[in-house]
Amino acid sequence: MTAIAISAPAARRHRDGLLVRAVRVRRTRIGLALTLLVLATAFLGPLVAPHGVDDFVGGPYLAESPGTVFGTDNLGRDVLTRFLHGGQLLLVLSLLATLIGVGIGAAVGVTAGYRRGWVDETLMRTGDVLLAFPQVVVALLFLSILGPQLWLIVLIVGLSHAPRVARVIRGATLGVAERDFVKAAEAAAVPRWRIAFSEILPNVTGALMVELGLRLTYSIGLIAALSFLGLGLQPPTADWGLMINENRVALTVSPWAVVLPVTAIAVLTIGTNLITDGLSRASAGIDRGVTR
Amino acid sequence: MTSTTPTTPTTATLDVDHLRISGVPSDAVIVDEVRLEIAPGEIVGVVGESGSGKTTLGLGLLAYCKRGTRLDDGRILIGGRDIAVLPAGEVRRMRGVSVAYIPQSPASALNPALRIGTQLRECVGDVDEARVREVLREVALPDDDTFLKRYPHQLSGGQQQRIAIAMAFIGKPRLIVLDEPTTGLDVTTQKHVLETVRRMCSIYGSAAVYISHDMAVVADLVDRIAVMYSGRVVEAGPAAEVLARPRHPYTARLLMAVPDLAGERQMLGIPGHAPSPLHRPDGCAFAPRCLLAEDRCTHERPPERQIAEGHTARCFKAGEVRVEPSPRVEPAVAPTPEPVLEISGLSARYGRKRVLEGVDLTVARGHCTALLGESGSGKTTLSRCIAGLHADFEGTITLDGEPLPASSFRRTTDQRRRVQYVFQNPYESLNPRKTVRELVLAPVKHLCGAVADPEALLQDVLAQAALRPDLADRFPDQLSGGERQRVAIARALAAKPDVLVCDEVTSALDVSVQSSIVELLQRLQAELDLTLVFVTHDIALVRNIAQQVAVLEHGRIVEHGPVREVMQNPQHAYTRSLMKDTPTFVLEGTP
Repeated sequence: MTAIAISAPAARRHRDGLLVRAVRVRRTRIGLALTLLVLATAFLGPLVAPHGVDDFVGGPYLAESPGTVFGTDNLGRDVLTRFLHGGQLLLVLSLLATLIGVGIGAAVGVTAGYRRGWVDETLMRTGDVLLAFPQVVVALLFLSILGPQLWLIVLIVGLSHAPRVARVIRGATLGVAERDFVKAAEAAAVPRWRIAFSEILPNVTGALMVELGLRLTYSIGLIAALSFLGLGLQPPTADWGLMINENRVALTVSPWAVVLPVTAIAVLTIGTNLITDGLSRASAGIDRGVTR
Repeated sequence: MTSTTPTTPTTATLDVDHLRISGVPSDAVIVDEVRLEIAPGEIVGVVGESGSGKTTLGLGLLAYCKRGTRLDDGRILIGGRDIAVLPAGEVRRMRGVSVAYIPQSPASALNPALRIGTQLRECVGDVDEARVREVLREVALPDDDTFLKRYPHQLSGGQQQRIAIAMAFIGKPRLIVLDEPTTGLDVTTQKHVLETVRRMCSIYGSAAVYISHDMAVVADLVDRIAVMYSGRVVEAGPAAEVLARPRHPYTARLLMAVPDLAGERQMLGIPGHAPSPLHRPDGCAFAPRCLLAEDRCTHERPPERQIAEGHTARCFKAGEVRVEPSPRVEPAVAPTPEPVLEISGLSARYGRKRVLEGVDLTVARGHCTALLGESGSGKTTLSRCIAGLHADFEGTITLDGEPLPASSFRRTTDQRRRVQYVFQNPYESLNPRKTVRELVLAPVKHLCGAVADPEALLQDVLAQAALRPDLADRFPDQLSGGERQRVAIARALAAKPDVLVCDEVTSALDVSVQSSIVELLQRLQAELDLTLVFVTHDIALVRNIAQQVAVLEHGRIVEHGPVREVMQNPQHAYTRSLMKDTPTFVLEGTP
């Protein structure tokens, strides 16, 4: 039929996935470029670092020193080398923490939004109690009791995200759970958990992607802050948060040891935020079942 | 109203020519080449299906463009002033005084936070208490202070719509645009509202444009009809003439698609669907669906041709258009059928509100039983109880003598398989993230376990639902409304049900699509010996599809029996009022 043949390209354009449509938004592309730049620095940097990570190359806090580009740090190690090595662990930990936080948060949010009633009340009120404590304070509490261990950092940071994510996903779920295709699955008595994961979850992916981006940004900030406070990664690990802490006293003498990690974290934060923003713009519409 | 004979602009209240409205930023032409002339006191019906541009046109007549549209070209003379070129501030002052608009849903048009009196007084510039009360009396509402102090939610739907009419007429407008003002109202209320509209137009000599998708309503009310298809007025003329001798194939097919209240005439769907404004064909927009189309129709756009005085059509083959109603054939069903579904003493609640009260109903095998009722009658709740979606009820439902547990989750797999449910709105009932294949096969895989040959089953049910096999890989938003509803039906058929519960399955669809869905259901009923429970508010539809009918009012079944008997000799006052108030028209040549 002609009418169908004519309307097919328009339909196909709409069918493009969320990511493809997000990349068409300019801010997403800028965000991707910034994020990739920082990721490349963190993961490829150690390969091109001029010195060994713990090698002493001169006196402490030298703005200029032969064989270094950005001078030396508090113990006389090469700032550039420390910087190139310092991102990897931070990014891996942040990513893990984000996945844990968003994963648990999404599961709780979908459950609460779909089941409603006492399940909803219990889950969300528990979340409210957790939300009452500032993220950093909770993290400090556990880390100071149990000691600064990597798995604990990931777990604490991840769990502190969960109630925030749950709140957003529950809101998105409420609208979807009322729609008739959920009722259709209920009429066939498809198990509730399967309705939640195969009927509802795919319809809240927009909100989920946005949360993923947002929480990644917060994880980076939080883990860097914990390192800065001395309860995250421990010396002599090369780490951006730790570098800022170790070298801040000499900011006026040898600024690069602070400026480089600060810039990297800032660029990464801006980059992931732009991607998040692009995703949320691209997903506006499809989650509400709007056709265009 | 289009007419090739020039009328002096002074006699017509509204004189529109060459009106074109486009989309922004798509540049798609939504409404084009519209010419309308309306005399004082005259009511013109603008009829069209969804996407034909009738609402855009209606707002355009007020020189108002909703977001995403732009008034491109043309003149809109109201009482001799061209509002298309007037400055925005001046047009705004004319709205509500010289031109008025009555929207589709009064519930959303009235501000819920303001009293009725406040909203009415807002419409007249300087507060004229006498005028407010006068207009209330004219729309047959009380005019005392207690009534004026009420809030919109304290009024019924019909009263709300009459307030909207009073607000429109309070400034004694020259032109009034009514956009489907009776959609969602009960037929009895609809009748009163239509009478009010007619009376008000004749009191004030206002020219009125009545936008509707319902031929039967328009036939009852208007003086002239303009039929819109794909943004153009394809036929326009005096109402009686257009209804008796349509000269555009689309008008003819549209008339034949309307269900006949007397049940004498077969309702016929129009195959295919209307083109989207972004992809309109070069020639006649209706050509791909037209039986009379020839080569020329597909690449040359037919000009407006005068058929008779004041009757025009855009069709090369206007002379060959015929309305040939075919007599309706009653499907052969078992005369003394055995009951398959028995409901006794069923009472259901929503929270504390009782919506069903002691319902007893027997559904016969192989028959179609219609549950007829207006909004709030409990018909949907009853159908949901049958499907196990509404578990908060007392009483029993048995399937072949075996009692069904209330909740679908407590029913056996086989019980769930045998009762399938089709939802009202196919835009809501299909998960937008799944393909047709996944949608159709998911429930059957869940209910029947492993399917031996899922692909064969899929192709089989798609064919039964008259869907092309290549649609299997599409997503719901790549389908038209009619196709979506067919997918929903195919999904239900895949489980090989005994009983198919259809909840207002055609109310979200256009008339032409409604007919083809009804045709499909009737064919399935005969071929698969399917038992249908057909929930509807449309009595004409009941006449055309069902063998048995149960009339529901306020949660009780007030009348129950074979359709022919109930409709020829209704016993209950409510059924009689439904029969009397449903708008209808008899197509010429109906056997």
